[in-house]
Amino acid sequence: MSVQDQRVLLSGNEAIARGAYEGGVGVATGYPGTPSSEILEVVADRYKDVLYAEWSTNEKVAMDVAAGAAYSGVRALVTTKSVGMNVLADSLFYLPYTGLEAGLVVVVCDDVGMFSSQNEQDNRWYAILGKVPMLEPADSQESKDMVVLSLDLAEKFDTPFVVRSGMRIAHSKSIVILGKRVGNPPQAKPFPRNIAKYNCNALFARAKRPIIEQRLKDLQAWAEETPINQVNWRETKLGIISSGIVAEYAREVFPDASLFKLGMVHPLPEQKIRHFASQVRTLVVIEELQPFLEMQLKAMGLAVLGKDIFPTYDEILPETMRSCAIEAGLLPAGERKERRVIDLGKLPVRSAVLCPGCPHRSSYYLLNKMKVPVTGDIGCYNLGCLPPFEAQHTMGSMGSSIGQLQGISAAKSPERGVCTIGDSTFFHAGMAPLLDMVHNRGTGAVLIMDNATTAMTGHQDHPGMTHNLMGDAVQRVDLAKLCQAMGVKLVKEVDAFRVKDVESALKECLAWEDGPAVLIAKGECIFVTRDPKPTYTVDPTKCIACDSCTRVGCPAVIKIEERNPKNNRRKSGIDPVLCNGCGICAQVCPVGAISQTDRKEAAE
Amino acid sequence: MTAINFLVCGVGGQGTVVASDILSNVGLASGYEVKKSDVLGLAQRGGSVISHIRWSDQPVHAPMVGLGEIDYMLAFERLEAVRRLPYMKPAGTVIVNAQEIHPIAVTTGQMAYPSPVQILATLQAYVAHVYEVSALATALTFGSSRTVNIVLLGAISHFFPAGASIWEEAISQVIRPKLLEINIKAFHAGRVLMEGAS
Repeated sequence: MSVQDQRVLLSGNEAIARGAYEGGVGVATGYPGTPSSEILEVVADRYKDVLYAEWSTNEKVAMDVAAGAAYSGVRALVTTKSVGMNVLADSLFYLPYTGLEAGLVVVVCDDVGMFSSQNEQDNRWYAILGKVPMLEPADSQESKDMVVLSLDLAEKFDTPFVVRSGMRIAHSKSIVILGKRVGNPPQAKPFPRNIAKYNCNALFARAKRPIIEQRLKDLQAWAEETPINQVNWRETKLGIISSGIVAEYAREVFPDASLFKLGMVHPLPEQKIRHFASQVRTLVVIEELQPFLEMQLKAMGLAVLGKDIFPTYDEILPETMRSCAIEAGLLPAGERKERRVIDLGKLPVRSAVLCPGCPHRSSYYLLNKMKVPVTGDIGCYNLGCLPPFEAQHTMGSMGSSIGQLQGISAAKSPERGVCTIGDSTFFHAGMAPLLDMVHNRGTGAVLIMDNATTAMTGHQDHPGMTHNLMGDAVQRVDLAKLCQAMGVKLVKEVDAFRVKDVESALKECLAWEDGPAVLIAKGECIFVTRDPKPTYTVDPTKCIACDSCTRVGCPAVIKIEERNPKNNRRKSGIDPVLCNGCGICAQVCPVGAISQTDRKEAAE
Repeated sequence: MTAINFLVCGVGGQGTVVASDILSNVGLASGYEVKKSDVLGLAQRGGSVISHIRWSDQPVHAPMVGLGEIDYMLAFERLEAVRRLPYMKPAGTVIVNAQEIHPIAVTTGQMAYPSPVQILATLQAYVAHVYEVSALATALTFGSSRTVNIVLLGAISHFFPAGASIWEEAISQVIRPKLLEINIKAFHAGRVLMEGAS
């Protein structure tokens, strides 16, 4: 963190964490997911002396843990990525009915543009669906301030608040003026035995319906007054209503227009919007994804332009916004920026790949060879769907690989399948479908790829590990024993770095008839291992340029200039900077041309 | 109005984000308004990574920079420099590390990696000032490939009035104390690489 007169550059995620600290949060929970993962990491790294943070097993659990803390009188924060909101929502939706004893804020980081998500969902709808108020920051300063504000408002209105961030805010840095932590943050008090308030039995919950509707009216009245819904008056020829990062783009693209930037996207300040609309000649809503604001403005009877000009998917970056606006006549054609024609020819694409030394490599190399149907799950291992493996045939949502495998079995498909799921994903959403397979006697091989971390999101802990987010030493859950206890009759463990062992175990599991078989391929992610291995080299006098080693899809395996005169193909080499010494390439080399060196470059 | 737009690009694992954090802190310490934005590849390593950084004496709204608007590109890898060329202003400056990291499409023989001569010619065809530096070789003289990012920062520091002490301070805010000494050396080695450049 750079400090200069308390003006520091923070990412949106760092700012959310800072807001939790300043706002007196005592319990922070979440499940890692891009682009939200850094929030709890920063909380634990910088503020764990004064607040408790945990990686919960999934988002729903995280929401319930936070609810329990807020019922106990301690302020709580929950973090999730866009699609994690679907998992979390089941528990979020009871909270407007119960209310709380202390402030409770859910931070959801949407992923407009789908940088790292399986769908592009607009989580603003959850505010309407769940009848929860939602704020939307536009930069890091607002991210921090809105967390603090939400905690206060949650207590004032007796409801959880949602703060909707997004990839561009979460992963952008801007200047933040730091504040102090609130004096005397709420402490745990005796747990309320208030059944009529905290038990959502329909008898009690039904009585909350008018209270919830009245609360939304009260919140709307608050929205009319709050400065977070701010009009920046300029010319009145064009008036723009927007929110979040898109409002920042709009300020740059339309320097002359009046701009109504909504800091609160639910409920909307209807009177203030009507007044703004009455003052401008043309009213335009600019929002990414669905016409969430536009539909509500149209329901108010306002004449407004929106999705007839701007796209309903992907980001509306300043360039897109400008060209759409010129097309629609909102900006003069003279605003069009002359773009040079740059002909780069066809450049080699750089798709993401399994890292050198990745423990998943052997499994995908083999699944590619075995040509079996593979249902897949969410994690780094989904890179197994790309060349050269092309061996993870489905991917849907967390834990769906095992349910889909059961579906293949239930459908009496002529082929028996394999599913691939990581250790953290298995704990998140894989246990329930595995129990389903056991109970309903499905067959197929469940390949749990245990790399001893939650790798893709940045190496967070999970129940299979020996420490938690607070840094406490904890008893790890033994995956093999867990699967046995769930009733799986064939559970095998294998060293993921031994290709032949993985192959024979996979074949045994695929042949298993008595319910599902579980194969746990164990190998530490190169980012968590404490056991760096010496690199490998290729002996060009032995290499026959057969390309067996390139089929393991390792970035460290390269082609050298020297060719095998017999087939005129280039021989292989290994980049010593990239190689992490896993030895998979050496195991698949048919002529023994690849061997381990005796040195490893200093780790740092 | 003074506004300087940077693009830092490379391959996941090369340390581009740390470099762009330091570059942002130098802007802040130099008195600018600053925003920056990272777009990270899907994999921890091996994907394309870019960061946009904006320094301005006016308030900055969008954290990203559009095509044709970058003044300085700091490219950690040859192919990535070419890939991001459309962002460059014609009068801009590209500092490209003479390092090649072959994508899988190249190692598997589906596509060819352009030659160093081709790459330099393409960059020079579209941008006025192009400097190729051997940051990896320089970093390896300290025994660590991990300082490539700081060597490159040293190179780009040549173009700004901020003194070495401001850069060193910005580096110390981001780099762990244990690794600070080697990184400060790397910074100065990078700075020397550009001596004589206009």
